[in-house]
Amino acid sequence: MKAKFLVPLALFLVLVGFLAFGLRLDPREVPSPLIDKPAPAFSLARLDDNSQRFGLEEMRGQVWLLNVWASWCVACRQEHPVLVDLARRQVVPVVGLNYKEVRGDGAIDARRLAPEQELAMAVERARGWLSAHGDPYKLSVLDLDGRVGIDFGVYGVPETFLIDQRGSVRYKHIGPITPESLEKVLLPKIEELKRAG
Amino acid sequence: MKARSKRLILVGTGVVLFGAAVALVLSAFQQNLVFFHTPTEVVEGKAPLGKTFRIGGMVEEGSIRRDADGITVRFAITDTAKVIPVSYQGSLPDLFKEGKGAVVQGSLGPDGLFRASEVLAKHDENYMPPEAAHAVAEAHKAAATLKQ
Amino acid sequence: MIPELGHFALVLAFVIALVQAVVPLLGAHRNRLALMAVGRPAALGQFLFTGFSFACLTWAFVANDFSVEYVAMHSNTATPLIYRITAVWGSHEGSLLLWALTLSLWTVAVAVFSRNLPEAFVARVLGTLGWIAVGFLAFMLVTSNPFTRLIPGAAEGRDLNPLLQDPGMIIHPPLLYMGYVGFSVAFAFAIAALLTGRLDAAWARWSRPWTTAAWVFLTAGIALGSGWAYYELGWGGWWFWDPVENASFMPWLLGTALIHSLAVTEKRGAFRSWTVLLAIGAFSLSLLGTFLVRSGVLTSVHAFATDPRRGLFILAFLVAVIGVSLLLYAWRAPKLAGGGSFAFVSRDTALLGNNVLLSVVSASVLLGTLYPLFLDALGLGKLSVGPPYFEAVFVPLMTPVVVLMMFGPFLRWKGDELMPALRRVAPAFVASILIGLGIALAVGHVTWRTVLGLALAAWVVLASLQLLAARLKERAGASATSRLATIPAAWWGMWLAHLGVGVFIIGVTMVGSLENNLDVKMKEGERVEFSGYTLLFRGVRDAPGPNFAAARANLELFRGEVDLGTLQPEKRIYLAQQMPMTEAALDVGLFRDVYVSLGEQLEDGSWIVSLHYKPFISWIWAGCVLMALGGILAAADRRYRRLAERRLPAAAVQAA
Repeated sequence: MKAKFLVPLALFLVLVGFLAFGLRLDPREVPSPLIDKPAPAFSLARLDDNSQRFGLEEMRGQVWLLNVWASWCVACRQEHPVLVDLARRQVVPVVGLNYKEVRGDGAIDARRLAPEQELAMAVERARGWLSAHGDPYKLSVLDLDGRVGIDFGVYGVPETFLIDQRGSVRYKHIGPITPESLEKVLLPKIEELKRAG
Repeated sequence: MKARSKRLILVGTGVVLFGAAVALVLSAFQQNLVFFHTPTEVVEGKAPLGKTFRIGGMVEEGSIRRDADGITVRFAITDTAKVIPVSYQGSLPDLFKEGKGAVVQGSLGPDGLFRASEVLAKHDENYMPPEAAHAVAEAHKAAATLKQ
Repeated sequence: MIPELGHFALVLAFVIALVQAVVPLLGAHRNRLALMAVGRPAALGQFLFTGFSFACLTWAFVANDFSVEYVAMHSNTATPLIYRITAVWGSHEGSLLLWALTLSLWTVAVAVFSRNLPEAFVARVLGTLGWIAVGFLAFMLVTSNPFTRLIPGAAEGRDLNPLLQDPGMIIHPPLLYMGYVGFSVAFAFAIAALLTGRLDAAWARWSRPWTTAAWVFLTAGIALGSGWAYYELGWGGWWFWDPVENASFMPWLLGTALIHSLAVTEKRGAFRSWTVLLAIGAFSLSLLGTFLVRSGVLTSVHAFATDPRRGLFILAFLVAVIGVSLLLYAWRAPKLAGGGSFAFVSRDTALLGNNVLLSVVSASVLLGTLYPLFLDALGLGKLSVGPPYFEAVFVPLMTPVVVLMMFGPFLRWKGDELMPALRRVAPAFVASILIGLGIALAVGHVTWRTVLGLALAAWVVLASLQLLAARLKERAGASATSRLATIPAAWWGMWLAHLGVGVFIIGVTMVGSLENNLDVKMKEGERVEFSGYTLLFRGVRDAPGPNFAAARANLELFRGEVDLGTLQPEKRIYLAQQMPMTEAALDVGLFRDVYVSLGEQLEDGSWIVSLHYKPFISWIWAGCVLMALGGILAAADRRYRRLAERRLPAAAVQAA
């Protein structure tokens, strides 16, 4: 075997090395800077009753999930049955963070809406979506302008944060939760936290 | 011509041409690479003045303004930590929206205004361009380090 | 029920592909005709089942079966029927199915049209194609099943990405895949040749029409994609050096080198190991393109939803296919050295030179495409490599290619005198430089790029005419018609394709030099002067479509006092995905397009209108059409049909 005929193979193998590395750069693998840090505090209006507000402290002492969703988000529709199923099993409370319900929708020009109009619109859309697809949430809060989402470092919807008894973020799932990722990743982590707590 | 010398000419020409091609590629790289910076890096002065580069992040809420000519657009790009004012002339991509991810390419003036020659918005309704996501993630990392 | 049948058919196709991959190769190895004979029926079976599976998916789209996840994600009851059908290949899973179908189609074609080739050789070709099919079908079944059910089913689907709801999208992917996947045949011939240890003129002659056919499809597919981008993306660009465009362009470059290298191997028996390497390379780049588009490693307008598992699978497949074939090459190619010798000044050298240059161009495009990945991997920062890099590399490297392309045919095979040949082409060469300068001066745009482009185009046209004249003089005495008739189709193909390159260069140069763009704010009743035209803005009306709402502008286009008609660009919102889209309007002409797209509405009710003047842009696609036609003529040459008609003498079959 002459060496020069091996050159193409060698070049190809170098290329494969880089491509394999490229796969590791997948955005879903980016660790959240919030992991093992206290979750950002917030106080937001509840979807079921806008006059009441909800904050982190109410969940203290529990292991829970914060699921970022919106009615315009298509991938949420995909993960929704998984959440509904999870809620039915009553393993862990899930709080919904409804993210930019109105502003996130490319079709609506939110600048032309008064704040109360935006709130009314968001409530109507979000409630309509939950009654159509089922409501797996203990409760949902409205993050109309996306400030809280930014504090949590939300890149896109859906995302899900696992928060422990002391209010620290322990895991972040980017993109829709699948039955597989629920069984293999989230549930074991939840069990572990519960036992530790 | 003898086979030997013919081979020599062929190989020699090949080497010279190959060298020329490599030189060409290298010089093209030297002149045409567009580096990517986050708004925080730009504020810290890590981005070159007057040279073309890209900034990624989110279009700040309420920042989009049109000048009286209707053609010049001003907006701000943020990685949630720092904000860079941008001006751009021309029509914006369909998916360019406040509060959504975008990448702008252009150069930074001495006045701190970024003059964009190209604006890229995300292609998908749910995810950001990775470059924009990277900028936001970097800002969060920095914020997390500061708090410690 | 029907989606399950489709899934089941896919599983069966996979099993049959496995049989096709193993049995004929075993038969060829042990020299058992019975085993080799399994190849053809297996190829047919695999095609039928893949086709059935494809039909099932199409049915699910036509019948709006939103209990199939893929359908729910990419279709809608309001989507017009034609786009419900094209939505089948509108995203990852379905386009893979199209890939597999295309592959099985090529495989069946090889099985049917190879009756005159040695059985052992056909068995190896079909076996190789079988392995590729195994990989793709497994990929689909394991990571990307298009028939996955959505339970409970959705009441309404999400609709197809509006960008893809366009006539261009109906045929662009199938053509592109016919090209991409078609190189698998050249690849399989090369592997079979390496396995047999025979790489000779006969091998080259067999694989030539197949390679040319694939190249024609790829040329047409790329041209169509570029045309689609031009009128659909709304700002008049026609080529972006986007990673995915590059992914289809690199195999095209190597494929072009391959069809020329095959010509030399057939005629002169030279460049054998080089030709094999090109065949492996062209198909490898097709596979690499698939990897880049689907793994999310690089970002691009075209990138499909990313899934690391998918990327890992394709990478493993890539390593298996390319790695094994390059290993085989390293093992077998050294024994195949030799072949026809040729002098330094000869048509052989000109072709070799161009092949090397095309490979270098291909490599530099690959480098530019992957460079951001390399730097990121080495932790040297994030960056992007834009069109300026590719243009800076492409133009100087392709210039000698075009010069040599027209000089080569003036040289004789094996060896020629340099000076007489130079003297023959010198007048045309000098004239084209003068023409280039002259036209650049006449249009008032004297930059080195414009002059270079126009001079190259003139060189191609003049040299083509001179070649034709020389060819016609060969049989002095015969009538003009009989002289034309005796020129073989393959020669016409070469001539036409090369002329197409010239036409293409004219288009690119003129657009690049003289295009004009203006963004203006317009109110109803306002006029604007632009590049010698006048546009009158007649306001914007609502124009609802089947699955979108649209604002449609009316702009009357005038040249002086002549009314050239009304242009109606639209701003659409596709309802299911709430996605805004710009639909440009064009006044297409032989020498220029006027291109109008509608921007956003301003607070005071006026609209931003973007105007583009694109001189000679149609010539870009006309050039591609000529290249493709040339390829068709070359592939249809009589001698390949004659080859099919008579069996090769046994001696030729066994020679190695």
